[in-house]
Amino acid sequence: MKTNFLRLAATVAGIAIAATAAVAQERVVHVYNWSDYIDESILEDFTKETGIKVVYDVFDSNEIVETKLLAGGSGYDVVVPTGPFLARQIQAGVFQKLDKSKLPNLSNMWPQITERLAKYDPGNEFAVNYMWGTTGIGYNVDKVKAALGDVPVDSWDILFKPENAEKLKACGINILDASDETFAIAMNYIGKDPDSKETADLEAGGEVYMNIRPHVKTFNSSAYIDELANGDTCITMGWSGDILQAKARAEEAGNGVKVEYVIPKEGTYMWFDNLAIPADAKNVEEAHEFINYLMKPEVIAKASNYVQYANGNLASQEFIDKEVLENPAVYPPEETVSKLFTISPYGPREQRVLNRLWTQIKTGS
Amino acid sequence: MAETATNPNAGPARWLVVAVPYIWLLLFFAAPFLIILKISLSDTAIAMPPYTPVLEGLGALGDFVSQLDFENYTFLMEDPLYIDSYLSSLRMAFISTLLLLLIGYPMALAMARAPTGWRPTLVMMVILPFWTSFLIRVYAWIGILKPEGLLTVLLQAIGLLGPGEQVQIFRTDTAVFIGIVYSYLPFMVLPLYSALEKMDATLLEAANDLGCPPLKAFWRITFPLSLPGVIAGSMICFIPITGEFVIPDLLGGAETLMIGKTLWTEFFGNRDWPLASAVAVLLLLVLVIPIVIFQNQQQKVR
Repeated sequence: MKTNFLRLAATVAGIAIAATAAVAQERVVHVYNWSDYIDESILEDFTKETGIKVVYDVFDSNEIVETKLLAGGSGYDVVVPTGPFLARQIQAGVFQKLDKSKLPNLSNMWPQITERLAKYDPGNEFAVNYMWGTTGIGYNVDKVKAALGDVPVDSWDILFKPENAEKLKACGINILDASDETFAIAMNYIGKDPDSKETADLEAGGEVYMNIRPHVKTFNSSAYIDELANGDTCITMGWSGDILQAKARAEEAGNGVKVEYVIPKEGTYMWFDNLAIPADAKNVEEAHEFINYLMKPEVIAKASNYVQYANGNLASQEFIDKEVLENPAVYPPEETVSKLFTISPYGPREQRVLNRLWTQIKTGS
Repeated sequence: MAETATNPNAGPARWLVVAVPYIWLLLFFAAPFLIILKISLSDTAIAMPPYTPVLEGLGALGDFVSQLDFENYTFLMEDPLYIDSYLSSLRMAFISTLLLLLIGYPMALAMARAPTGWRPTLVMMVILPFWTSFLIRVYAWIGILKPEGLLTVLLQAIGLLGPGEQVQIFRTDTAVFIGIVYSYLPFMVLPLYSALEKMDATLLEAANDLGCPPLKAFWRITFPLSLPGVIAGSMICFIPITGEFVIPDLLGGAETLMIGKTLWTEFFGNRDWPLASAVAVLLLLVLVIPIVIFQNQQQKVR
């Protein structure tokens, strides 16, 4: 009896120790990224390699991320805000400085992109680039040709000229619901400084949308991928990789929808989505490991191949599929890049003017 | 009662029972409301959280009071957007409630007049949709209403729509009404049912015996007796519909203007927590009137 009891006690103790060890070893990282923005097998590979479990959550607008971060205690360890949002969040004290000694793969990054990112993150102390891209026009080749005839699609005119928009109305126009970008693009289109924060300039930019408002079907920033792919929408202002994903989905579905992306010749907005660690993150060590892993050339190349966005990692380019790397819509040539612009964050007053105009446009009042 | 009065333990125990709902109200209604009210009197800032002053401890109360202004509220009055949103929300809620009554009343009446053995099953069927997440049910409506959705397929199959034609309901106010009426229907049917079920059927028999035609009997007996249910159901639906955000966001178009969406833009788009809070405080005031009516009615019933 006694030996039996001892054995039992030992077994129980053994189980208890194993259990605590398992708890201690359970390392996790909570990642908050844009929807449709990674090859999910990368997350599995990361867990296999490091034993760190990835809890992955997605969003479809910078505003939601910002609100969660500003409220504090978001519970995320890695988030992916876009440039101007990143800049304001750094100012608000949302992020912690990266420990660069834990990020040896920083040496793989693309100096040109890192330099551009410094506009939002002076000294590149808080963030590393994940992906970058452009905001251009995605369109259904056959339907646009049917509506407008055989005209070249290479200018914002196709969307912003009311006579064109009127003809495209029936097949469906979508505009991104991202006021900061839409106004910058419109101001650039009418020959004003895209980074202007003057009320008069913003109003002039808003006019561009007001003029085509009766012909716009939807304002959304995530559902348009599917709607373009299944033919519900025939032309949209959209993010480069999203349009290319719509193209891929349409090809997969074999529904006869042919989608193309174009960077308009007037130039457009160039944006950067960046990895950063909130100041109140609980798993800082794991967050660094995750970011470092994403900076491995073959890993980020896999992501780019999947989501069809350019990344800020120069060393990854040899692993990127030829059709992605050589696609001017993804990695635009030098002359196109020179026409791309960036914008600085809006102040609270300017933001109010901007969003008030945007609400007016969206509700058509 | 005499027994409880002599029992010395009954006093505190009864107080405890009475206190629970008040503590509940204090914790989950009064405290959050005061926080919102306080934020609505602050100013925006680029900080965490994005407003100042942040009231920390009673020591800061002096600073807070000295900086007090009602800027956010005056702004709400100056810009017609907010008034328009309130009015549009009230209009949407009013029409929805009317539709709910029109659809819910016959349902509740049929349930109340059904054989006693069937009633639990019928009530069950009204409650059953709640077992699926509300969000999934609204998403299902997208699948039905979108241009190439199930409704188009069905109408094309029975020949009401030509092969190239599609229903254009998704992302319009009509879709919002469909979504709201669908989602809130049980909240309308159940109070109506409980009022109608309690009704004494012999009253109608008496009316019949005395030569009152059924329709007249309905208006003179059934409907007045079900009035508490009508009011309860209408209030339970009207109040949350006014502040509804999810359904107009998922099913409505860009031109659907409702206060919930305006609040969203203030909170998320503009990062203006103080103004968003002011919108919320005013929304509460707009709704206090129907809530008071509801309360009075409830008291009358008791």
